[in-house]
Amino acid sequence: MKQTAQSVVPCVDAVRTNRSAALRKRLESFSAALLLVCTPLLTAASEAPPESAISPPASAAPRDDGQWTMPAKNYASTRYSELTEINEGNVKNLQVAFTFSTGINKGQEAAPLVVGGMMYIVTPFPNIVYALDLTKPGAPMKWKFEPNPEPAAQGVACCDVVNRGAAFAGGRIFFNTLDGHTIALDANTGQPIWNAHIGNINIGETITMAPLVVKGKVLVGNSGGEMGVRGWVKALDAADGHVVWTAYGTGPDKDVLIGPDFRPHYDMDKGKDLGVTTWPPEAWRIGGGNMWGWISYDPDLNLIFHGTGNPGPWNPDLRPGDNKWTSGIFARDPDTGAAKWFYQWSPHDLHDYDGINEQILLDMNWQGKPRKVLVRPERNGYLYILDRTTGEVLSAKPFGSVNSSKGVDLKSGRLIENPDKKTGTGKVVRDICPTASGLKDWQPSAFSPKTRLLYIPHNNLCMDEEGVEVNYIAGTPYVGMNVRMIPGPGGNRGAFTAWDIAAEKPAWSLKENFPVWSGTVVTAGDVVFYGTMEGWFKAVSAKTGDLLWQFKTGSGIIGQPITYRGPDGHQYVAILSGVGGWAGAIVSGDLDPRDATAALGFVNAMKDLKDATTAGGTLYVFRLP
Amino acid sequence: MRHGAAMFLFTLLTLAACQREERDTRPQSSLGSGEQPMPVTTLEPGGQRPSASDNKAASFEANAFHLSEGKRLFSWFNCSGCHANGGGGMGPALMDQKWLYGSSIENIHATIRDGRPKGMPSFRDKIPDDQIWELAAFVRSLSGNAPSSAAPQRNDDMMPHPSENRMPDAATLGKSP
Repeated sequence: MKQTAQSVVPCVDAVRTNRSAALRKRLESFSAALLLVCTPLLTAASEAPPESAISPPASAAPRDDGQWTMPAKNYASTRYSELTEINEGNVKNLQVAFTFSTGINKGQEAAPLVVGGMMYIVTPFPNIVYALDLTKPGAPMKWKFEPNPEPAAQGVACCDVVNRGAAFAGGRIFFNTLDGHTIALDANTGQPIWNAHIGNINIGETITMAPLVVKGKVLVGNSGGEMGVRGWVKALDAADGHVVWTAYGTGPDKDVLIGPDFRPHYDMDKGKDLGVTTWPPEAWRIGGGNMWGWISYDPDLNLIFHGTGNPGPWNPDLRPGDNKWTSGIFARDPDTGAAKWFYQWSPHDLHDYDGINEQILLDMNWQGKPRKVLVRPERNGYLYILDRTTGEVLSAKPFGSVNSSKGVDLKSGRLIENPDKKTGTGKVVRDICPTASGLKDWQPSAFSPKTRLLYIPHNNLCMDEEGVEVNYIAGTPYVGMNVRMIPGPGGNRGAFTAWDIAAEKPAWSLKENFPVWSGTVVTAGDVVFYGTMEGWFKAVSAKTGDLLWQFKTGSGIIGQPITYRGPDGHQYVAILSGVGGWAGAIVSGDLDPRDATAALGFVNAMKDLKDATTAGGTLYVFRLP
Repeated sequence: MRHGAAMFLFTLLTLAACQREERDTRPQSSLGSGEQPMPVTTLEPGGQRPSASDNKAASFEANAFHLSEGKRLFSWFNCSGCHANGGGGMGPALMDQKWLYGSSIENIHATIRDGRPKGMPSFRDKIPDDQIWELAAFVRSLSGNAPSSAAPQRNDDMMPHPSENRMPDAATLGKSP
């Protein structure tokens, strides 16, 4: 891997130096030639990696062009930048380049995008898209687009009215609105090209995820696992927005797009119409399994990978059975949606362990053999390594405090539940770790092929749960659980852990007072960026975790940092500040901490957040002086 | 004789103590009646008009049976799914002193019946009118706006906060009158 890293850096530097030179046209053709020379070099390096190398497949993580066109950086979801101008030595000098107020005081979970000389940000409800011109001083607004979503949608969004970002492809910006629209805009002008209405708020459907564009299709899933909404993923034609295929998270095989190509690795996932037979009669129709998180794509295997959310209602006594295909992961053909394999992280989920976190696609040697793997820090507390060609679990190790289960049986693939922590109607079960929000929720991790570490922002919380009866009324919550959360062992409610994938153990871990609800980015300069809910934006060493620099922003941070090369050739780091989300709902929703069950129990663990930060919504961009 | 008179007086007192508040155990079955218009603002150009009040309001407020029914229905109709046990979540908190659309029982009744534009659904066709009044009365008890003699006492379930009959009046909480 050292080989690859070394060959990358001179190539990037050469291109950048050339840009600033005088004879631009001639040099541009020269740099193009250099690229051609560099590319085979890179390919050669990745073809014969050393034994210990862990790196994403080149097809899913092409050479860094300094842009940031999708929230996960690339299809392999590494959130790794090859830029090196900002590094361990000089990051302490970072200063603000410019700021921009989004005008919305709700949880800012989105990743900004950078394409060419433009930056694009999408706000929480009402989902305004801003385009900022990076070529001009202070990055003035070039255009904005207001989709005017239905205000009533705010009443069916379970955990603040967040949006996790847009995606760029083919000159268009694709994004979702809370009230169930996917919209394509002309990236230059902000003019809408198409607007597809795919979600219905009157049955509780919303959309909060960032779309992913794969092979001319915009992939979108719905939210609503707390409202008895049946989950789906849709592929929309990027050209005109019509629905090409829909794959449901529950129900008969034909709805889930399970056909002759479906070959799950474990016996528990084999059988006909399991999405119906593993439920009480008709319960699958209101059973959740929503797809509101992250999708990865492997062009070589022609597979997309996406998780499925929790089954509904939360009270497990009301839905005996394995509740397929909730709290699991699918591999699908992006052209047809046909399922190739499935694995269930949490069969018959007891604790709202959605399975929708990010999956990082990597190639590595596992027990002496090269394997195509998928790494998933999962909500139930385990760091899974799966063979992404088959869905076989190679490793599942807890990356924090877990007592709700006792490990994963690698033979059957099944999570071994702890019977002491089993919830049900009319009984209070105490000190269940992790909480409903998981050891790690949606907040995406980052992987550096240089350090071979996965950087995981996560929570450290436990909870008491009591199952209660619940009625299904379409468009209203369908939860059936009283929850109150408390800080986990050690008292720190959050942690930032660097996980050694090959060694299956943490390299280092930082304690944070509040849950680390922000995403993270790691660079070839060996710097990792993340934010805290107090509002600190931090840079730590990718090797040791030592704090190198921090900056206090206006509000708590729950967004996804990115880094890019600006039109002036210099490296920038950007983050949206603005507290909210499920963890920050106490502030963005002005909730009352005297009720331990407020915000599905999260408020009980966040009683002091109102004293630590206030709502906001500001973009911060940093650079070296 | 004297003994008999004392006995009579005692019996009279005992019987008087047995006087219970009225229970209307058969609420109106009709859905979404009670069409009184309720302003959601106190701003009236030129000065306040007398606040509208519904003759039903008085019979539901401060009535232990209706408050207790309201508490049951609060979970039954999934109010608790959004407002938790008063602290809020998807919907705003109900146990604080902040009211977006008015704090009177008539205001709350109208909010539940008609919905509000930023996410409160309209339950006009889901909940019988008298049960909406019971819910409205219970919602007021969450912020201490019900006599402690009538408000519900401790839960059989996990206690999310002090019981409603011990909730202080949110409007005057920690403030001198």
